[in-house]
Amino acid sequence: MILFITAQGKTLEDRFNTKFGRTPWFIQFNSETGDWEAFENTATAQAHGAGVAAAQFLIDRGAQSTISGHFGPNAYQALSTAGISMLTQTDDSKSVQEVIDLWQAGQLETVH
Amino acid sequence: MKIAVASGKGGTGKTLVSTSLAASLSGQISLTFLDCDVEAPNAHLFLKPNFTIEEPVEVPIPEIDPERCTRCGRCVEVCQYNALAKIGDQMLVFSQLCHSCGSCTLVCPEDAIHEIGKPIGTLREGHTASGISFLNGELSIGEPMPTPVIREVKKAAPAESPLTIIDCPPGASCSVVTSIHDADYVILVTEPTPFGWHDLKQMMGVLDQTGTPAGIVINRDGIGDQAIEDQLAALSLPILMRIPFREDIAANLARGDLLTDIRPEYREAFQTLYRQIIEQTQRSAA
Repeated sequence: MILFITAQGKTLEDRFNTKFGRTPWFIQFNSETGDWEAFENTATAQAHGAGVAAAQFLIDRGAQSTISGHFGPNAYQALSTAGISMLTQTDDSKSVQEVIDLWQAGQLETVH
Repeated sequence: MKIAVASGKGGTGKTLVSTSLAASLSGQISLTFLDCDVEAPNAHLFLKPNFTIEEPVEVPIPEIDPERCTRCGRCVEVCQYNALAKIGDQMLVFSQLCHSCGSCTLVCPEDAIHEIGKPIGTLREGHTASGISFLNGELSIGEPMPTPVIREVKKAAPAESPLTIIDCPPGASCSVVTSIHDADYVILVTEPTPFGWHDLKQMMGVLDQTGTPAGIVINRDGIGDQAIEDQLAALSLPILMRIPFREDIAANLARGDLLTDIRPEYREAFQTLYRQIIEQTQRSAA
């Protein structure tokens, strides 16, 4: 499973970020191999449509699932059309690693 | 002559001043009234025009022909507003993000995109009993962009009108700039409070950029404090009029009566204000 998590910084120890379109970083996490990679979110610089631009980035990178705090209506439409499952976690005091652990324990809510 | 009435802060009395000015001059000069406050147009409640034309305001948005489209994604790349997304075999158009720039249609190598009209509001035209040509625009609920509706109102206005009075939206951003950009004069309506003063400065910042001559009308004169009064008095802009804070005025305005009907002496005061504006614009043109 290729998972994208919204993050404050570029490591697993950095804090989770609750914004989808305007998160500073995305952490791409491969749950089969444990490999991960950080991507700076260029959509934050966009005046308009950051949610769509961020969704397009995930789609182009082959995301299957994503974890953030909140998905805007445009991002939601793009992600759901692409069949990318959206999971939410609203506590931004947790680290990216802690959020991944919660996901692996099945403790995150799916957006429908 | 085009006179725009703006304020920065909402609720200072833009519509009060613009409708009073129009009512005071309507017998003397052929005039057009534009209600450009398209998110909450309500000047018609005072001037009571008989609307005879009502038509939708549309903006062009892309429509993609899935047969011709090869999913090359050039339209997605060129869009500065992220209004398009390519998802596998599907193309999505986010019409509320679209700014109608036409770039996608232009770059499509397959000629698969054409523009269709999307209604975002309504344009109304009519006349008042006193002969004022009245136009307003109304942005549909949920639509994010007021400026195309404002532009349509201005475009539909008779070009040769000797006097056009423009009731502007509050704020100091795109919609106000669109409303005042071709005005010969801007009346800034404020109230002597920290809120009126703060937002008035925002509007004066806009006018620094446009260079439009302006003057101030102080509404609800008597409320607020002396410090604000002193700051207003120290401005280089002329104070054209003061309208006192009076319960009888407020109560009758709240019923939709014109100030010039509540207090007929204001008719002459607004005629004087108009003459002051003419003199000031002639001076600044000289």
